[in-house]
Amino acid sequence: MSAAALRRLTLRVLELAGVLFIVSVGVFSLVVLLPGDPAVDILGAGRPPSEYAELRHDMGLDQPLHTRYFDWLGGVLTGDLGRSVVPPQSEVSDRVVSALPVSAEIAVLGLLIALLIAVPLAMWSAYREGGIADRIIGAGTFAVLSVPSFLAGLLLVMVMVNSLGWFPRSEWVRIGDGDLLGNLHHAFLPALTVALVELAMFARVLRGDLIVTLREDFILAARAKGMSPLRILFSDALRPSSFSLVTLLGLSLGRLIGSTVIVEYLFSLPGMGSLVVNAANQGDYPMVQGAVLTIAVIYVVINAGIDFSYGYLDPRTRRVHV
Amino acid sequence: MGLPERETVTSAPVPLLQATDVATVFRTPRGAMRAVDGVSLSLARGETLGIVGESGSGKSVLGRTLMGLITDGPETSVTGSVLLGGNDVHALTPAGRRTLWGTEVAMVFQDPMTSLNPVKKIGRHLSESVRLHLGLSRAESRDRAVDLLCQVGIPEPARRAGQYPHELSGGMRQRVVIAMALACGPRLLIADEPTTALDVTVQKQILDLLQSLGEELRMATILISHDLGTIAGRTDRVAVMYAGRLVEHARTAEVFDNPRHPYSRALIASIPHLDLSPHTLLPAIEGRPPNLLNPPAGCRFAPRCVVATDLCTTQSPALTGRAGDDTGGAVACHHPLGAAKEATV
Repeated sequence: MSAAALRRLTLRVLELAGVLFIVSVGVFSLVVLLPGDPAVDILGAGRPPSEYAELRHDMGLDQPLHTRYFDWLGGVLTGDLGRSVVPPQSEVSDRVVSALPVSAEIAVLGLLIALLIAVPLAMWSAYREGGIADRIIGAGTFAVLSVPSFLAGLLLVMVMVNSLGWFPRSEWVRIGDGDLLGNLHHAFLPALTVALVELAMFARVLRGDLIVTLREDFILAARAKGMSPLRILFSDALRPSSFSLVTLLGLSLGRLIGSTVIVEYLFSLPGMGSLVVNAANQGDYPMVQGAVLTIAVIYVVINAGIDFSYGYLDPRTRRVHV
Repeated sequence: MGLPERETVTSAPVPLLQATDVATVFRTPRGAMRAVDGVSLSLARGETLGIVGESGSGKSVLGRTLMGLITDGPETSVTGSVLLGGNDVHALTPAGRRTLWGTEVAMVFQDPMTSLNPVKKIGRHLSESVRLHLGLSRAESRDRAVDLLCQVGIPEPARRAGQYPHELSGGMRQRVVIAMALACGPRLLIADEPTTALDVTVQKQILDLLQSLGEELRMATILISHDLGTIAGRTDRVAVMYAGRLVEHARTAEVFDNPRHPYSRALIASIPHLDLSPHTLLPAIEGRPPNLLNPPAGCRFAPRCVVATDLCTTQSPALTGRAGDDTGGAVACHHPLGAAKEATV
């Protein structure tokens, strides 16, 4: 790695650290600013005030805000996200570690399915711009976009599980259990539910960019070399057209990991979305802080990775900062 | 139907390219636009032809139609026939046409800034077509790419092959575009305004390169340009195009020394010369080219022509004479210049 590239990377990492610092402050204060008293939540109402005060002291809640923040941050940096305040008061990090793979798998699998369907659809649409296939695909993606995911999920469950019996009723098989096929079998429907909306978006965005690219002179030049249309689409048109798609992909991945609550409920998946929602309902603030921070870190890191990928997608953006 | 053997083509009088009454009409929302309207021409092996005309005269569309890049379809109508090495370009299947592109006919495009894929390395632009058409291995095609870059005069070809288009200058990029066209040894090269987008200092180098490569590889060349100056002295013949039609088609020297169509004469008169005294006003052609959606009846140049008569505005003149003749070539004019001296009209 050249000195300039190393310098760029260092700057980028510092920038990331800054963003993450702001995120951590946001996550911390969000929960502090929330109404409700954790001590009351834990002990229940109607106890003598001294008991509440004692508990607050034990939990460090009587300390000034900045002290509490740095205590919390110190823990976070050493991998300790604290303990849940709700019985059985499990370690936040344990719960996050068990929920994260579920959400990540659904998100990644969903996006893969979405890409696998969206890319060929977009290519076909763009290649035959204005044709019958383009119009059908356009109308279809628009219809899918306007169907909310809870409805799509319900329909999928009704058809695929209840009527056809192709997929098992909701229950989760962990990848770690060694039953990869069983895991995929269970993950497919929720992933497909997630994929539907995303694929409609991907297809529309990629189609638009492809149409612009296909009008470029270098596409005509590739045709004049005798390349087949399919080859031109994949090897000449796709990469220069994929900026918006890749950006969208990064945003979707970050979003899906944290906020597929509806799909998780529908398929009773023990993912991050349900973890956060349950914790928030129970006033379990360390859990909310830990989970939201994890999601935020993943989001920021993924999108930093996306920024780096632009350099691969378009060599012209590989500038050397002096 | 397979491709004819190269030997039979060289020995037989069959021309490499034979276009007969080619018309390309775009169906636009505002009506049919006759971009190319009944053009016939032929080209022997190794022969060079210049096609000149103003912007919008249909010369690029003609070039693309000759190659089969523009074909009959829902938005375009192509009539007439184009025989390329014995194959009817427009009767072939799309896959059949693709086997001709690169090997039989290749094109050099106008703007080297946009005709190279910005995300592909220079070497890949060249190697992919030789792999496709000549079936070379990865390593062989890489060597061939470097050879091609060398052939078009690019210094440090091996290093350049690993670079992206934006790392090269405009002239270098146009050399790459030319190398791309040469990659599979085509017998016909169509260069569509190959120097228009380049700096004046580079233009001559590129034209010289095209000319020397054409001679060296015995490759027939069609040089399309709006600039008569680029064609002067570089091609065997010149075809002057106006509003989708050929108005004059003759040996290059003939057209320059003794233009017979009033349009050709006006074009040549508007070329600046070094021996003109400073501040001389060059003669420009009055008026504007006709709207191809609704071209004038009769001769299309008549509204701008200084010698036009009633006959010209009602009846369209046919291209008469033979392009290869020593006696002036072919011209489409009711009142060709120089004719009045020989015979009283």
